[in-house]
Amino acid sequence: MDVAMTADAAVSVRDLDIAYGGATVVKSLSLDIAPGEFLVLLGPSGCGKSTLLNAIAGLIDIADGEIWIAGNNVTWAEPSQRGIGMVFQSYALYPRMTVERNLSFGLRVAGLPKAEIETRVAKAAALLHLGPLLKRRPSELSGGQRQRVAIGRALVRDVDVFLFDEPLSNLDAKLRNELRVEIKKLHQQLGNTMVYVTHDQVEALTLADRIAVMQGGVIQQLASPAEIYHRPVNRFVAGFIGAPAMNFLEGRLDLTHGPVFVAGNQRLDLGRYPFTAPPAEGPATLGFRPEHVALAAAPGAPVLPATVSVVEPMGADAVIWAEHDGWPFSIRIMSEVTVAPGDILAVGLDVARASLFGADGMRL
Amino acid sequence: MAAPQNPRGPRPAGVTVGRVGLYGFLAISAAFFLLPAYVMVVTSLKSMDEIRLGAIFAWPAHFDLSAWLTAWSGACTGLTCNGIGVGFWNSVKITVLSVAFSVIIGAINGYALSFWRPAGAKIVFGLLMLGAFLPFQIFIYPLVRGFAAIGIADSLAGIVLVHVLFGLPLVTLLFRNYYAAIPVELFKAARVDGAGFWRIFLEVILPMSTPMVVVASIFQTTGIWNDFLFGLVFAGRDNLPMTVQLNNIVNTTTGERFYNVNMAATMLAAAVPLVIYFVSGRWFVRGIAAGAVKG
Repeated sequence: MDVAMTADAAVSVRDLDIAYGGATVVKSLSLDIAPGEFLVLLGPSGCGKSTLLNAIAGLIDIADGEIWIAGNNVTWAEPSQRGIGMVFQSYALYPRMTVERNLSFGLRVAGLPKAEIETRVAKAAALLHLGPLLKRRPSELSGGQRQRVAIGRALVRDVDVFLFDEPLSNLDAKLRNELRVEIKKLHQQLGNTMVYVTHDQVEALTLADRIAVMQGGVIQQLASPAEIYHRPVNRFVAGFIGAPAMNFLEGRLDLTHGPVFVAGNQRLDLGRYPFTAPPAEGPATLGFRPEHVALAAAPGAPVLPATVSVVEPMGADAVIWAEHDGWPFSIRIMSEVTVAPGDILAVGLDVARASLFGADGMRL
Repeated sequence: MAAPQNPRGPRPAGVTVGRVGLYGFLAISAAFFLLPAYVMVVTSLKSMDEIRLGAIFAWPAHFDLSAWLTAWSGACTGLTCNGIGVGFWNSVKITVLSVAFSVIIGAINGYALSFWRPAGAKIVFGLLMLGAFLPFQIFIYPLVRGFAAIGIADSLAGIVLVHVLFGLPLVTLLFRNYYAAIPVELFKAARVDGAGFWRIFLEVILPMSTPMVVVASIFQTTGIWNDFLFGLVFAGRDNLPMTVQLNNIVNTTTGERFYNVNMAATMLAAAVPLVIYFVSGRWFVRGIAAGAVKG
């Protein structure tokens, strides 16, 4: 491991193993998070993302490895000694305390002077617009207000690293959007390091500086949202990100006359595809996103004949579900275009923005 | 055939034969189960002469409260004739101390088992549950010998300790199950805030436990107040609870049986659980339901 690089990381996870009972949930995972970075851990439930966050917080036992926060080895430190604040999915507010006492609990435990506590609580309350709520109990607050209090409780701790464990999952769609923007604003104002766990790709794509897509306790890809979306490293990442999901066409790579993707009796010219390595012939999967399909093919682009089966208007745009030779796939179009079920299309594929995966599922 | 109607609005209320039958049955059942209580009350208010007439359902000719007075302060329990009042205060002492200790320790046990999950927690919990299902009579002889050895035989400390020991499995179970429903994230949040074992318990968990404290207290109070066997064996002559003294009054084998005094004494002994029942209402039912596993 490159020690010089990790020395100035805000959070550094080194060769982490986590086991529950006999099962290894996370296996030799390493991750460096830069100061001020907003890192999102994204993955399906059970992928180990919450486990990793809890390990960083010191709330679960690890089997092996080290955790460094702000240049200190905190592997054996208590959660409160690690310089972190944490926000939970279920808010986890102390139900018998007022908002004010919820915010100040950690500071009172730490034995801070009263004046200091009041200053910090007032500052957090102002930042999160909690002023009028300070004397209320959590049961008298709405879900959005509760989560703002929970964020405030992390804020008053005056720490460098915030950990969010699916903080918006319990809120309805509208509140989720509002609070998501608030969290992003907060990050821009404070400039703290934030580690954010979610299974919601919209949250990940909108909030993150970098996304770590996890599956089976392993980080599949760690990159910027754009990179993850446009150049997924394997089929799992490609299929997990994007709604509707990326379309996967099974076939074979033929290099006899330049790279050509063969699916049934269809031959698609891959001349414009940016290969990451010199390609080899063999079975492959062509992945393309619904919006990278054009109803009117650009000259030179490979064309796929298809029949429209269902049209889903979504306001600004619409999703067409079409079939090519019994294989269903989706196309995203502007809603002004009128297409009806049963129409026969010749759609053009934007090969330059497609993703080609080998038999092992890795990007070619 | 009824005329065709156009149903609209609330369904019309009507007295049906079924309803009348239902309420009639309920009234008769209630009267049937209240009958013994009625007999007890009227008998306690009669003089012995009137009782000898044998009309047990009859209303007393004149109300005579002397039996209640005698029961409280003059009835003979064995050799002394100070009434059941002495036992009442003994029962209060035993019950208050036993309930307080068993509920507090049970809550701490449940909290530790639910949230801290120390190594071997499952084994400890399994042993506790085993304790809840073993008949406690088999422990009496070893406990008597053990208490004698450490010098707390026939003492208030001994009887309280017995009640706490035998109450703990179930109280621990109650609290553990109650805490299992509290999201563990609350506990994690308190740990991130730097609170330790006792701070989390006293400031976060215990304030949320009021319903379970009430239920466990009611459950333990009724159980310990009504206990006879432990009181007889472990309390010692000076601390005999009300139940034991009641038995001594009612089960005399010499002299005249004062049925009015016996009835009054029995009702006095049952008064505390009855008052708890009337005051606590739904809590009491929950406590009973919580204890249903033990039967």
